[in-house]
Amino acid sequence: MMRDWFILGKEWVETRFPAKEFWDDHLVKYYAPRNLNFWYFFGSLAMLVLVMQIVTGIFLTMNYKPTASTAFASVEYIMRDVNWGWLIRYMHSTGASFFFVVIYLHMFRAFLYGSYRKPRELLWLFGMALFVLLMAEAFMGYLLPWGQMSFWGAQVIISLFGAIPVIGNDIALWIRGDFVIADATLNRFFAFHVIAFPLVIIGMVMFHLIALHRVGSNNPDGIEIKANKNEKGIPKDGIPFHPYFTLKDMLGVIVFLMIFSVVVFYFPEMGGWFLEKDNFIPADPLKTPEHITPLWYFTPFYAILRAVPDKFLGVMLMGASIAVLFVVPWLDRSPVKSIRYRGLYYKIALALFVISFIALGYLGTVAATPTATVFSRICSFIYFAFFVFMPIYTRLDKTKAPPDRVT
Amino acid sequence: MKRLLIIFSLLFAGIASTSYAAVKSYPLDKANIDPTDGESLRRGATLFANYCFNCHSVSLMRYSRIGRDLDYDEAQLESLLVFTGAKIGDLMENAMKKEDAKRWFGVVPPDLSVVSRSRGVDWLYTYLRSFYKDPSRPWGVNNAVFKDVAMPHVLWELQGLQHAQFEKVTDDEGVEQQVISKLIIAEPGEISSEQFDNSVRDIVNFLHYMGEPTKQKRLQLGGWVILYLAIFFVVVLLLKKEYWKDVKKTD
Repeated sequence: MMRDWFILGKEWVETRFPAKEFWDDHLVKYYAPRNLNFWYFFGSLAMLVLVMQIVTGIFLTMNYKPTASTAFASVEYIMRDVNWGWLIRYMHSTGASFFFVVIYLHMFRAFLYGSYRKPRELLWLFGMALFVLLMAEAFMGYLLPWGQMSFWGAQVIISLFGAIPVIGNDIALWIRGDFVIADATLNRFFAFHVIAFPLVIIGMVMFHLIALHRVGSNNPDGIEIKANKNEKGIPKDGIPFHPYFTLKDMLGVIVFLMIFSVVVFYFPEMGGWFLEKDNFIPADPLKTPEHITPLWYFTPFYAILRAVPDKFLGVMLMGASIAVLFVVPWLDRSPVKSIRYRGLYYKIALALFVISFIALGYLGTVAATPTATVFSRICSFIYFAFFVFMPIYTRLDKTKAPPDRVT
Repeated sequence: MKRLLIIFSLLFAGIASTSYAAVKSYPLDKANIDPTDGESLRRGATLFANYCFNCHSVSLMRYSRIGRDLDYDEAQLESLLVFTGAKIGDLMENAMKKEDAKRWFGVVPPDLSVVSRSRGVDWLYTYLRSFYKDPSRPWGVNNAVFKDVAMPHVLWELQGLQHAQFEKVTDDEGVEQQVISKLIIAEPGEISSEQFDNSVRDIVNFLHYMGEPTKQKRLQLGGWVILYLAIFFVVVLLLKKEYWKDVKKTD
């Protein structure tokens, strides 16, 4: 009897909504390469962190008060008086940093295996759009606790717009809604952080996934599994996403959550890297902190900005350091995609790029002494050289022929 | 280069200026607090009530929270901490008016709710023990950790008065500076310096507790969460292996 009702109900839905088709198209009959390795965990992990940020964010919003006079105290109210508020808040603040850890590794995977190459250029562009949106989202979210670093970090970054000739100061004023970071800024950043950017990010994630499911995942061999199909039209090296990769990704999720929990429960400040010490002092427009540093995930780009003696050119170069990532699919001229079949040139270039990126990340956190500035310039040069010379060294590289089937 | 320095020192006021890096800061002693030591926390609460709370508010903390966490009943809590006629469910504001404070000290004494998180416990421990006699200052004392601080040496009856010994050092950039090499008790206080260190440790322990009252709960819970995830991992790993058994074979 129950069963009949269930079947009837299912039919009723299916004639009105393509639930079954959706399930098939994107899970049980969506074929992913069977050789996806460690580096392929980070897409699903990014999704996990996004959901976690949205859910914890909703609960934070219930007690957070976005005005200059109440914001700081309301965060501590959440930490002290709201049941489990401390956990929700630490999950959100730790989640922000982990989002960037996951996204940086996700992007690095693309450089390892050439995931941005044809036919995945648009997938890469959507991903890059997500990266920029994520940076804006994180930047605005960091103002909300209204601590000293929230305030002065935002003050420094928004004043960068002032470097644009002629209209710069008006733009900065327009963004802030006041001559300094103030209540008006906090209010609008709150609106952007909890509504505008999350909506756009969710939409862009959908585009990213739709594009992915049209072309299929790349894999560590960088060859197209769709080139070898069996008589049923199923890629010979493909396996259904569900249950195979849902289970495998679940393992990644659990390991990720274990590492995440270690930070949330034992090191929520992460020695000042995730929650800066000065941000436990309420924002004071009259007292500039000794060291203003953005959070770690912005410091590579911040170091590039500071490496340039001219403010406007610095801002331009910082913008370029992100913009250049968009065109990578067209810079890479190698006949192969995966690093497994590339030659020495690319391997060296990628290694130097990673080293310079990490070094820039460090240099962005320290005082701009003359020595630090010299190193910032060297690293900035390597950062850009990786992209600018990519069409040359990828073409000259001695590549190996990739196999016909995945290994 | 020069232009860069000017721009950035104006813009970021401090990031680019090398003057901070050059000043040799007074070395901090380890606070070695034990946040699980209830006795130490209660001693710290008493000292805090007697010496700190008259001037410093803890406006993000509620009296009742301290009662609950440190095992005070309502009557004990009221006689210990509540001076202002506040209810025990209230936030711990103090009676001093901000305008008065500004007139007396030149600055409003900072709220101490999260001072342990912005300064760190070692800084607080060293700071409270590093006042020394300096007749040029309004209160007759200066501080080795926080130069020209506006706060008087509130704990002087306990510690006594210290004298500073100076020495000349040359920093990395060749600038000669006078730094404090040592603080010596010149006029002994009511308790020995060892007892005093312990008392300051208790105060710092209490400030550390107030900075994050949920910390002990957080530390206790973490292990269970990770244990649960570890067990869950094994279950999912076995399930995954079962499903993936048939994958590796080609065709």
